[in-house]
Amino acid sequence: MDPRDHLFRRESGRMVAALTRLFGVHNLALAEDVVQEAFCRAIEVWRFRGVPDNPPAWLMATAKNCALDVLRRERTVRALAPAIEHHLRSEWTLAPAVEELFAPGVIKDDLLRMMFSCCHPRLPEPAQVALILNILCGFTVDEVAHAFMSGYAAIEKRITRAKKALATSEELFDVAVGSEFTARLPAVQRALYLLFNEGYHGASPQAAVRSELCHEAMRLTALLLQHPLGATPESYALSALMCLHAARLPARIDASGNLQALADQDRSKWDLELLGEGLKLLDMSATGSSLSEFHVEAAIAAFHAAATHTANTDWVAIASLYDTLMSLRPSPVVALNRAIAVAQRDGPERGLDEIRSIAERDRLARYPFYFAALGEFELQRGRPEAAREHFRCALNLARSPAERQFLDRRASACNPRST
Amino acid sequence: MSEFTFLFRGRQQFTSPEQAQKSMEQWLAWFKTLGAQGHLKDPGHPLEPSGKVVRGNQKQVTDGPYAEAKDVVGGFTLIEARDLAEASELAKGCPILAVGGSVEVRPLQKLSM
Repeated sequence: MDPRDHLFRRESGRMVAALTRLFGVHNLALAEDVVQEAFCRAIEVWRFRGVPDNPPAWLMATAKNCALDVLRRERTVRALAPAIEHHLRSEWTLAPAVEELFAPGVIKDDLLRMMFSCCHPRLPEPAQVALILNILCGFTVDEVAHAFMSGYAAIEKRITRAKKALATSEELFDVAVGSEFTARLPAVQRALYLLFNEGYHGASPQAAVRSELCHEAMRLTALLLQHPLGATPESYALSALMCLHAARLPARIDASGNLQALADQDRSKWDLELLGEGLKLLDMSATGSSLSEFHVEAAIAAFHAAATHTANTDWVAIASLYDTLMSLRPSPVVALNRAIAVAQRDGPERGLDEIRSIAERDRLARYPFYFAALGEFELQRGRPEAAREHFRCALNLARSPAERQFLDRRASACNPRST
Repeated sequence: MSEFTFLFRGRQQFTSPEQAQKSMEQWLAWFKTLGAQGHLKDPGHPLEPSGKVVRGNQKQVTDGPYAEAKDVVGGFTLIEARDLAEASELAKGCPILAVGGSVEVRPLQKLSM
């Protein structure tokens, strides 16, 4: 990827984070305005002089200068970051105080600090994810809404509310306090996991948006691994599972834009480099005494990656990993995936038994792949009529054109003529 | 060949990083094309939005010029073209036009001895 791709979007998170430390978290909107101003100036200069050697450093320095202008103009009328406010009031200490805040060693942790702040326990998980996308990844409300296939108004409300909640916290999360870092870490991991899943399984029909979300989640998870307290076995496992899944992204959508089930994917399209990276990370995650859901999911992905086809996939191992996952984080969707693995291991009849015994099965009533699984099992049992009915149910619940096309093809496969 | 300046007026405002990114790419592409076609005499310079204005016999110095955002000169470029018509045609490719800005095309006066 060209390092200039999405440069502004990638840098905006770091710049907003650094400026928020200066202005105080209640002035988040001001920080965002200053970032826009810095982008404006960058374009005004770069269009004549070309892109500088180190664009991120140039942008950060410009943001710092814009911030100094704003502070000189507004420091008497605006409350700033409480911890340094008295330094910013006087012209004698203003510039040195700002320089100190923008020193390379200090801004290094800014993104992380903002990431932990976004995962405040008072915020519901969807709000945390939206906030991360908006503040850290530079997605506009419109782009977040698009990625989530949600209405603009709903996402705007979610982000505005979350920002208000963030603004009422006195200051940004302090990543230097070890005990607090460790306590907040699982929430951060969870939010990044959801962000990745939104990209991987999410409803947006556009392949480009989906892989962007996945890459953003991977970029932020890599930041966790760079921090001594963030590089836990769980973080390695999370990173491993993202790599192992992302490696399959190129094969998930075929040349004509159709969603491909794992069984039908052209496995030569898998990204071998990412697969290797994922396996390496999975190795590194295998320390300590606790086994997280990320470990189990990464291990399942690793078994899929090791197989050249569904037929020679180690379904015994995968089904037993799903047993473990059910004990760690039981949910109807996990139970459904477990049933699919059991069906691969013991045949469709057993798969149907497993599905029938899913607790809270009614929660799957709006999930298209619940009916798709029923359809596959009936088809394998040689009951195409029943199978077609299930695929039609699934089709009615499809959340994107890609899903619709996929399920439509499965329904057609139940016609006696098409075999 | 004659020489011209392009004076770029109007400040761009962006609503998103991606929009800023697109704008930058358009500018870089436009300058690249001008250069490849041999029209770019000097890429020129960006100008700060405001400075000082010195005026009159009294040599009065004031802050300024404080033009409206759409009238602020953001920079200038030196262009080589056959004539004013060709220079104006080249200016039509400028990305600033898409965001409410304008390009002033001015021939450099020739010293005829």
